[in-house]
Amino acid sequence: MSAIATAPAHDHHDDHGHHHKETFITKYIFSQDHKMIAKQYLITGLIMGVIGIAMSILFRIQLAWPEQSFWVFEALLGERWAPDGVMSPSIYLALVTIHGTIMVFFVLTAGLSGTFSNLLIPLQIGARDMASGFLNMVSYWLFFLSSVIMLASLFVESGPAMAGWTIYPPLSALPQAISGSGTGMTLWLVSMAIFIASSLLGSLNYIVTVINLRTEGMSMTRLPLTIWAFFVTAIIGVVSFPVLLSAALLLIMDRSFGTSFFLSDIFIQGEVLSHQGGSPVLFEHLFWFLGHPEVYIVLLPTLGITSEIIATNSRKPIFGYRAMVASILAIAFLSTIVWGHHMFISGMNPFLGSVFTFTTLLIAIPSAVKAFNYITTLWKGNLQMNPAMLFSIGLVSTFITGGLTGIILGDSTLDINVHDTYFVVAHFHLVMGISALYGLFAGVYHWFPKMFGRMMNKNLGYIHFWVTAVGAYGVFFPMHFIGIAGLPRRYYTNTNFPYFDDYADVNVIITVAAIITALIQLVFLYNFFSSIFFGKKATQNPWKSNTLEWTTPVEHIHGNWPGKIPSVYRWAYDYSKTGENGEYVIKGQDFVSQVVPLQEGEEELNH
Amino acid sequence: MTVFLVIIVLALLAVTGWQISKIFELSKKPDGDTSQVANDNDNRWNGILMLAFVIFLYVITIYCFWEYGRFYLPEAAAEHGSEYDNLMFISLGLIMFVQIITQGLLHYFAYKYKGKKTQKALFYADNDKLEFIWTIIPVITLAGLIIYGLFTWSDIMNINEEEDPLVIEIYAYQFDWRARYSGEDNTLGKANVRFIEGVNQLGVDESDSYGDDDKIVTELHLPVNRPVLFKFRSQDVLHSAYFPFFRAQMNVVPGMITQFGFTPTITTEEMRESEYMVDKVKSVNEERKERNEDLIAAGEPTLDPYEFDYFLLCNKICGQAHYNMQMKIIVESEEDYEAWLAEQPTFASTMEGSNQDQAPAAPSEDMETEEPQESEAVAVVDNEKN
Repeated sequence: MSAIATAPAHDHHDDHGHHHKETFITKYIFSQDHKMIAKQYLITGLIMGVIGIAMSILFRIQLAWPEQSFWVFEALLGERWAPDGVMSPSIYLALVTIHGTIMVFFVLTAGLSGTFSNLLIPLQIGARDMASGFLNMVSYWLFFLSSVIMLASLFVESGPAMAGWTIYPPLSALPQAISGSGTGMTLWLVSMAIFIASSLLGSLNYIVTVINLRTEGMSMTRLPLTIWAFFVTAIIGVVSFPVLLSAALLLIMDRSFGTSFFLSDIFIQGEVLSHQGGSPVLFEHLFWFLGHPEVYIVLLPTLGITSEIIATNSRKPIFGYRAMVASILAIAFLSTIVWGHHMFISGMNPFLGSVFTFTTLLIAIPSAVKAFNYITTLWKGNLQMNPAMLFSIGLVSTFITGGLTGIILGDSTLDINVHDTYFVVAHFHLVMGISALYGLFAGVYHWFPKMFGRMMNKNLGYIHFWVTAVGAYGVFFPMHFIGIAGLPRRYYTNTNFPYFDDYADVNVIITVAAIITALIQLVFLYNFFSSIFFGKKATQNPWKSNTLEWTTPVEHIHGNWPGKIPSVYRWAYDYSKTGENGEYVIKGQDFVSQVVPLQEGEEELNH
Repeated sequence: MTVFLVIIVLALLAVTGWQISKIFELSKKPDGDTSQVANDNDNRWNGILMLAFVIFLYVITIYCFWEYGRFYLPEAAAEHGSEYDNLMFISLGLIMFVQIITQGLLHYFAYKYKGKKTQKALFYADNDKLEFIWTIIPVITLAGLIIYGLFTWSDIMNINEEEDPLVIEIYAYQFDWRARYSGEDNTLGKANVRFIEGVNQLGVDESDSYGDDDKIVTELHLPVNRPVLFKFRSQDVLHSAYFPFFRAQMNVVPGMITQFGFTPTITTEEMRESEYMVDKVKSVNEERKERNEDLIAAGEPTLDPYEFDYFLLCNKICGQAHYNMQMKIIVESEEDYEAWLAEQPTFASTMEGSNQDQAPAAPSEDMETEEPQESEAVAVVDNEKN
């Protein structure tokens, strides 16, 4: 059916000796194969995701029905943290903190970018594997180790970290200020330091692989947008993660070795501390120097994934390929100079606030270009509503909704009164939480056949999508309104302010929507795990896609292609391309794989 | 009310689930297609659902604005607040406009161009003109917003010292607030946590005569229509002083003094009598009445009826009782304010009082006495220069 030029099989193993015997351990555990590492990342990420989302449900229950007794609290949190089944304020803060940490770093950074960068970079650029399979393996196992330490911190006697995922000192530095800042915080910092090492190893590997291992003909302007996104994401990761490491190291020193980088003039529990001369604002700068690019580290890969999926399923080229690449680059660059918008009212000089407002609102421009280009890609398409496509459209929708409120938060003036309210929570959950999760789901549905050689059930996928789509808006849309009404985030209960009493109903609606949305994810999990074993066997190119990964055999082999690595003759988006006679370039087929040479009389677009 | 809402939500979801399962059944029948790749039938009903989804989005948008729009804070009680609200409404209007158009297009296209076997997609890869248009439109609109925003920002943040603002220190600690009025001289005495001892809970330097007439109180009273300059100081961790009704907020940072200035324009009395607040208090009290019914049934003490007061709250996670760190604010006429202030003891008199009836080492109730550290290390924060 397809005109894929698979190289003849006789010149096997031309440049890659992989005759060594695979044992269970080298194949499934300490694997150096990028496809296996991708699966390891995905499954670890999903497990962390289940834990992170379950935590959010616990604290949502507390917010809707404050200080009431629930057996589920008693069962999961125990007598210590939920005496008589009533959640304690400390564990509420701990849940909020660990939920944020797990979702941002472990699910959406490692689980998402780790999975798809690993799976797709070698497959889509035509490489046998990552530049260094060994470092790639180390990267995964460091991630695994850091996940284990983070989860272990939940079982510490004084509780896990409770200072918010942003761990601002002095709260995070002083065990006297909150119990979670004892051993729990130490473990948090250790875990994150290891996580950063893992992320750096991974990112360096991605960068080197994309630069050096592209197959013949795969020029940078022929790269699928997924690869552009992963590549640029890796670069901003390398630029900004080390800064978080330094913040974490300085905080460790303040905590354990009596230095005063972030602490000064503190009187706590009847005692003046000797720390003098440090500033928490310095920590905020260091943290957000990573923290803001982190948003794009989470988001860019999903935008890449969506670009690929929307083009494939629209049977159309992505509209404005060059503009899309330029937007990725512009967003990446701007993302490193906007961190101050988290700090407008931190006591930072107001003039700096003006500068950061300016750079922040600039980001809206490339983001708008991306959104418009997605919409135009749908226009006059022939949309194949696979679950991956639905999640991609959903992503564009939440990206717009969440992105627009960024215009309010990015404006230093308006930030004054909505800073740290539920408006912020609604904004970033839509724009980076839900959008990135949709990107993750889209990627899983789309590349599942590539990962496991089987198809996921589409009808379960539809149910998963539609309930999630309604539920996610049900959670976060009303949240804007209580935020703009001045309701602060991270409050254990709002009942101490009678003024907020009539928002209680909204909180109930949000929680009910959250519970339903969380429960429907079980459908996804069931679909995912049962399809691994019992799904319908996949064909080589189920979505009729152009990119190189679909030219590899369904059965995984070390080195990806049995014969020679294919050469590339065109970009990845020749969908529904027609010749002058109005016929498709290849008769009867609305796509032209990247490995097909230009046909007679066909012009390559100058994109 | 709550139960009713939950039932409605559950019922709607049940209907959705039922409808989906029906469609699901229908989609199964025709050709027994098991490829797990979307066929025309899937495309059709998912396309229709896309259209339904955007209608759902519009409906919840309208519902939320209709039902929750009233949650938006009352008319700003500070001078710069109307500027703030204007900018907010302009931005909100703009983003809602873009939201409605783009969501409409996105989902409408998803519906309109749902795939069919017979349909051919248009190979349309580029259009520089189109892309230029939608780059330049955001550029212009954002430039407008940025400029407007920045003017407002510098208006709010640049404090005009010539207006001779009333200087008040807001002091934060886990988990409460104190206010220190600067007294007759309108200058705060020097202070540092290292001076904290006994009744001197804010660590005011006794040797600084500017501090003698300072007045430390637990409730913030502000004279209406007089500019106030707040100096913020924290004793332990980060806090954030959030005055929602005055559209003002500033973090309170240990080791440094931050500031924010505004002019209150609406007294507590006027605000209570405003139409907005009468409705609001009514709705809050209805909610409280409902809760009381449950409480009575459970034999627990009931809630008092609510009366509006301005408040200051902590808006930066600061520890386990973060959720209950508040201070009452009363905005009143100049005379009432002066009368109230005259009743408050000065710092000097408090210290004197405590020295007189000082039994040997009487610790104050909520803070244990601690000798200040050796004086070399003491850095005195110089208030008057700020």
